[in-house]
Amino acid sequence: MLRTKKWRFAILAILPTLAIFAWVRMFPIWETLRLSLHRWDILSRDKPFIGLENFRELFQDQLFLNALVNTTIIAFGVLFVTIPAALVIAALIYHRTRSRFAGFYETTVFIPHIVSLVPAAMAWKWIFDANLGPLNAVLEFFGIPGQAWLFDPVLSVICIIILCSWQALGYAVLIYLVGFKNLPHTLFEAAKLDGASGIQRFFFISVPLLRPITLYVSVVTLISGFNVYAQAFVLASDSQGAPGRLVRVLVLDMLENAFRNYRVGYAASEAVILLCIVLVLTLVQFGLLREKWNR
Amino acid sequence: MSDADQKPAAETVPGLGMTARARLTNLTIDIVLFVFGILMVLPLVLLVANAFKTPQEMVAWPPTIIPADPTLDNFRSVLGETPLLRWIWTSLRFAFLSMVAIVITSSIVGYVLAKFQFRTLEVIFILILATAIVPFEVYMIPLYFQAQSLGILNSIWGLLLGYLVMSFGIFLIRQNVKHSIPDELLEAARIDGAGELWIFARIVLPLLRGPLGALAVLSFFQAWTAFAWPIIVTTSRDAYTIEVGLALFQTGFTVDLGRLSAAAAAVLVPSVTIFVILRRNFVQGIASTGVKE
Repeated sequence: MLRTKKWRFAILAILPTLAIFAWVRMFPIWETLRLSLHRWDILSRDKPFIGLENFRELFQDQLFLNALVNTTIIAFGVLFVTIPAALVIAALIYHRTRSRFAGFYETTVFIPHIVSLVPAAMAWKWIFDANLGPLNAVLEFFGIPGQAWLFDPVLSVICIIILCSWQALGYAVLIYLVGFKNLPHTLFEAAKLDGASGIQRFFFISVPLLRPITLYVSVVTLISGFNVYAQAFVLASDSQGAPGRLVRVLVLDMLENAFRNYRVGYAASEAVILLCIVLVLTLVQFGLLREKWNR
Repeated sequence: MSDADQKPAAETVPGLGMTARARLTNLTIDIVLFVFGILMVLPLVLLVANAFKTPQEMVAWPPTIIPADPTLDNFRSVLGETPLLRWIWTSLRFAFLSMVAIVITSSIVGYVLAKFQFRTLEVIFILILATAIVPFEVYMIPLYFQAQSLGILNSIWGLLLGYLVMSFGIFLIRQNVKHSIPDELLEAARIDGAGELWIFARIVLPLLRGPLGALAVLSFFQAWTAFAWPIIVTTSRDAYTIEVGLALFQTGFTVDLGRLSAAAAAVLVPSVTIFVILRRNFVQGIASTGVKE
């Protein structure tokens, strides 16, 4: 009697949200998968099933391959900048937890993570600007010739990596700080008694113990790196002023195929590839974590 | 960098003075962190400073942090050229409605999934868990066509369609209910004859004030900073959110740095201020994303 009553409440309470969930999440995800197997152009009337044809075409499409390479470079670039930097900064902030400036350190490192992408990217666009930007002015002060940062395909990828790392750092530091707070103190005490220096304790105790956290932060950073869009949109406008064309990224390529070329099925197959990348990364994370538990 | 992981409590044990060397290390670390912190916010500080500068001062080297001759001309001309305030207003309404929707849906579903043991619910939880890892960018194109067929493109409802639920919010609440609300409390209320709805509203919700606050802040900022979805859903200038408006405004040819900075500063200053005030909620919410189970 009580159980049926509870069951009725649970279902009634959950139903509206579940309906919304099905409508704005599950259905469009299903649609993405379905469309990716169809030639679904807005302009043509029949939208036939074509199997994996879209995917075959994608891997011969220079624009897509270019976007895939750029996005991968950006995602891994951000990873390799962010993780070591975050680990060191978090260690230093943790060491100074009792300092009266601890709040200041945390806040300043974290602010770039919460500010809106577009205004932040605009600030960096000015910094990288070839004529007006402070970066070239600083370089020239040291006798290094200024670069046309945002008009060179390689340099602008570096600029996007810098911008994304600047934003990702705060999140990584925060998660590492939680990790540091949960490390067992006794180990450090023992190591200290054995005469291990601070640097030794960092490399031989903290870094290995924080491995699950490193894994988690790495996957999160990589996934958000693969979804990069606004940063490229703002930073990499080409000389005609068209946004994001100089550094093609996956999301940009996908949206152009869908809304400029009206090839929705084709764009959906790009989305499926993005999904596969994310799934693989997530599975790798779970796999590595499980391996650790079993040992 | 040395002594990086030293336990912080060790240095404050009463009666034990720090050695000169430890003091020096701490000072060095403080200086490093201080400089680093300043460098992190410097781009934003300079941007805000630029907003108040005259064209002559803008190109001066080295750049000044506090403008020598502050002017509001940049703001005046941006407000004259763009519906900046309208964009901000749209973003505010969008973020607020999204926050309300996410807090309501997450608290109900999170509570039910945490405290009611039924096979059906487990299946639902797994479904939610499975869709949680799919990035928004993957399914936003079909979602766009759904919005189109409802005729809500270029409206606040179209924006909202993508931001009604948040899987992470459901997990956050579920986790908190599991760990902080004992079953005995709920059972006692049931024995006293309390209805399920009353229990949820009068017992569960008040106990969830902390996590709900964190979720509210997170979901508000998530919508406030949204970019990919608003840029495809809104195509008319009057319907833009502030992010879209700014991004398209800055691609214009004739726009100079002063006006760009003013427009960006008008968005940055309020959101950074809100962040600094609500820092605790933020940190609690974001930190909990990393420590599941």
